[in-house]
Amino acid sequence: MTHTKPLTALATVLSLAAAPALAQTEINFWHAMGGALGEKVEEIANGFNESQDTYSVVATYKGNYTENMTAAIAAFRAGEQPHIVQVFEVGTATMMAAQGAVKPVQDVMDNADIEWDSDAYVPAVKSYYTTPEGDMLSLPFNSSSPVMWYNQDLLNEAGIEEAPTTWDEMFEAAEKLQAIGHDCAFSFGWQSWVMVENYLAWHDQPIGSQENGFAGLDTEFQFAESEDLTNLLQRIADSQEDGTFKYGGRRGDSLPLFVSGECAMWMNSSAYYAGISEQAEFEFGQAMLPLNTVAADEPQNSIIGGATLWVLEGHDDADYQGVAEFFKYMSSPEVQADWHQASGYVPITTAAYELSQEQGFYDSNPGTDTAIKQLSLNEPTPNSKGLRFGNYVQIRDVINEELESLWAGDQTAAEALQKAQERGNQMLRDFEDSNS
Amino acid sequence: MIENRPVLNIVQHVILILGVTVFVFPIWLAFVASTHTARDVNSGIPLLPGDQMWENYAQVLGEGLSTIGAPPIGLMLFNSLIMALAITIGKIVISLLSSFAIVYFRFPFRVLAFWTIFVTLMLPVEVRILPTYEVVAQLGMLNSYAGLSIPLIASATATFLFRQFFMTVPDELTEAARVDGAGPMKFFRDILVPLSRTNLAALFVILFIYGWNQYLWPLLVTTDESYYTVVMGIQRMANAGEEQPLWNLIMATAILAMLPPVAVIIGMQRLFVRGLVETEK
Amino acid sequence: MRAKRVTFRHRWLPYALIAPQIIITLVFFLWPASQAIYQSVLRQDAFGLRTEFVGMANFKRLFADPLYLESFWTTMAYSAMVAASGMLIALVLAVMADRVIRTATAYRTLLIWPYAVAPAVAGVLWWFLFNPTIGIAAYAMDMLGYDWNHYLDGGDAMALIVIAAAWRQVSYNFLFFLAGLQAIPRSLTEAAAIDGAGPVKRFWTIQLPLLSPTVFFLIVVNVVYAFFETFGVVHATTSGGPGNATNILVYKVWRDAFEGLNLGSSAAQSVILMVIVILLTAIQFRYIERRVEY
Repeated sequence: MTHTKPLTALATVLSLAAAPALAQTEINFWHAMGGALGEKVEEIANGFNESQDTYSVVATYKGNYTENMTAAIAAFRAGEQPHIVQVFEVGTATMMAAQGAVKPVQDVMDNADIEWDSDAYVPAVKSYYTTPEGDMLSLPFNSSSPVMWYNQDLLNEAGIEEAPTTWDEMFEAAEKLQAIGHDCAFSFGWQSWVMVENYLAWHDQPIGSQENGFAGLDTEFQFAESEDLTNLLQRIADSQEDGTFKYGGRRGDSLPLFVSGECAMWMNSSAYYAGISEQAEFEFGQAMLPLNTVAADEPQNSIIGGATLWVLEGHDDADYQGVAEFFKYMSSPEVQADWHQASGYVPITTAAYELSQEQGFYDSNPGTDTAIKQLSLNEPTPNSKGLRFGNYVQIRDVINEELESLWAGDQTAAEALQKAQERGNQMLRDFEDSNS
Repeated sequence: MIENRPVLNIVQHVILILGVTVFVFPIWLAFVASTHTARDVNSGIPLLPGDQMWENYAQVLGEGLSTIGAPPIGLMLFNSLIMALAITIGKIVISLLSSFAIVYFRFPFRVLAFWTIFVTLMLPVEVRILPTYEVVAQLGMLNSYAGLSIPLIASATATFLFRQFFMTVPDELTEAARVDGAGPMKFFRDILVPLSRTNLAALFVILFIYGWNQYLWPLLVTTDESYYTVVMGIQRMANAGEEQPLWNLIMATAILAMLPPVAVIIGMQRLFVRGLVETEK
Repeated sequence: MRAKRVTFRHRWLPYALIAPQIIITLVFFLWPASQAIYQSVLRQDAFGLRTEFVGMANFKRLFADPLYLESFWTTMAYSAMVAASGMLIALVLAVMADRVIRTATAYRTLLIWPYAVAPAVAGVLWWFLFNPTIGIAAYAMDMLGYDWNHYLDGGDAMALIVIAAAWRQVSYNFLFFLAGLQAIPRSLTEAAAIDGAGPVKRFWTIQLPLLSPTVFFLIVVNVVYAFFETFGVVHATTSGGPGNATNILVYKVWRDAFEGLNLGSSAAQSVILMVIVILLTAIQFRYIERRVEY
């Protein structure tokens, strides 16, 4: 059957050449969703295309988040930019600073001839992508939040009744696990996001000045000033000696540590739900992130990760009408609930959350609402509504590098945070210089 | 054999077999992974093939691949083939011609031309990728086979190797051709190109593999799935974000993607090896 | 530069012959390269909306940056290790294979495979083998009492990229060595054998000296390969980490442009790399030029 493919290729070329005759306005949408999620994205685009016949959304996979974003920027410089590009949360500051290249979603929706209410979005999700004046810059699409995954079987075996809710309980649980001969109690991935950014938001402490960068480019990091964070990281590093904590790499590289049963608990994105349920041969659950009782009595709220959709300048007004209609379709409770349930990302509108409740999704999949509950625990404060730092992709790498030296025993937690802060601040100044 | 030393012979074979085993092991593992279910692979790869081979390959070759986020594999293989062949043939043709000019003619700017070509040697496309992309976009070559291949033809390796080879061709041949009244193009066609046969084979193999294995460049210049190459497809499947990639299907695709370059190498092995030796001398 | 003693004469033909190559080089190489040089003296935001001329500031920053210098030394050490290990292993295997002529082709056919594997795919394979939790190689080392963790240990990570990079190159080196060995006249080795020289002695006194041109050629090829062409290996396995332990120059250029969107600095690094390439090329060229005259 493969020998017909050249013909298919030829047919595609011909149909492309013939495309203008169809008089449909084409909306280009570049995304970074590989695997099954990519298919889901295309399903959404097709759903929209079938719902009307004025516009045709072409969803294209352009590599991972970094590759996709750089491809869009390179395309913009060459005048070939797509209408919509998916950008991960840490690229927000870069996109925001690009006035003249980026069209705020608020403008797109306000100028378009449709009904739309930005308050329909979950506050903790929306606040991350909103100007201090309340204008929405980009459309939340796939958002998640870190949770604590636990291995129920192992906890039972060690006689731990409830998953730890505080760090003290965590270390107690570790002792109990070691009493039954199980070394590794916990690990985590995306360490900058989980253990620095979310830790600080969870305990209502600033990551940087100027409301975590929301209020101005002249922001400076403050994470090294948190004594309780420093002490906790040091305690974690020291606990490697008896095997309580095991470092398993950046991003989600440490997932095998959890699903193989080597580590009893794992802190990382709620979006790993599908992956874990596919692989884990034990009973597992998700709980909220542990609280450090030295730092706070109650948790504040966690912050999101994931990506949003940005609209780029340089197209006709008619095109933007199509973008607005597509966004409206995408935000509808049915599409969102389906996306949320299929992907493990949090529902981004309150209506989609309610719809999932009505459909009984959380009853048949217990724990899947942990992330959304964490996010909406309290009204976000300036410390917990998110962060907006320039060059943050690189800065996260710096934090990764310095923390890795901490885990390797080459420096103390205080040194690691201090160095990361100094190097990070230098990058913030670079960003300020080239964007003002 | 010069002398018979049974112990030494056994040691040799042991070392060779050990070496081959170690070197082929990762590929063997990829094959093994492609014959199991996704779940088996994720819980630690087994060492022996499983019973899912037909299911996995049937799924990859059939429509199944589209459900894990990649265009049909036949199309991707076809695109890779076009790209690899265009790069290979393009490079060989322009390099043959230009090194012929450099070696067999004296003309003003000859040295300048040679160095102009020469500085492009070795600098990989990744390092100059953004400015190159802008040029290709300005020329309107995005989403085309031309855009996929022509910018990668700009490299001097082949020119350099042909020059080295032409320098070793005896002058008597040129003189004889001139005595016979043969023009430069006739000499080129009837004598030089046939003499370069083994070098051509060696370069064909090296360049075909180079072209086939490109990843970052095709990713940047294509937005239309009908131009995706198979290496891009593998990366897309592996890059499943927070989901667990379906390693068994990815490995099946990787094995299929490996077959054409391996076939080229093995098919041209004899010529290739002779070519390597001659080029290098 | 030399040309043939006997040449053809034609007014326009040489230009026509060389034109396609020159045009492609100018359009797709020199033009972008000049853009990179221009970019290296600018400070620009990612989208190219604001541009400022900063002179040599990008270069000064680089040379004052301990991480850049560290990356430089990392690259040196890495290239040396890739070239040395890749060549040594290949040479041993080739010498062995040369002695068993009858089965040499079979071994060669098998050893040639890794060369066909795309770096992007090779990275995935090595990830599998060395994953500290599920990888077989990591498991085997654990059995031997070594706790392999390339996520944490810079030395392990360096070993991983050296192995992954050298893996593919051993195939290539092996082919050259084997071909070189088989080109040595049998009569030479046979004469030595009759004089009572054992296989080891024959290797040092006959085979290795005669192979020296191949060795030198391969050193250059391997160093250049490690320096410039192993981007895909690092990208797929360690991403430059842990810390900056495997952040080699080519990877850093790419990462500063793609992830950091720091175009000025990345362009400055490209310019430095181009200078290195030109130097290496000149050295190689001089050497080969001389050898042809022998």
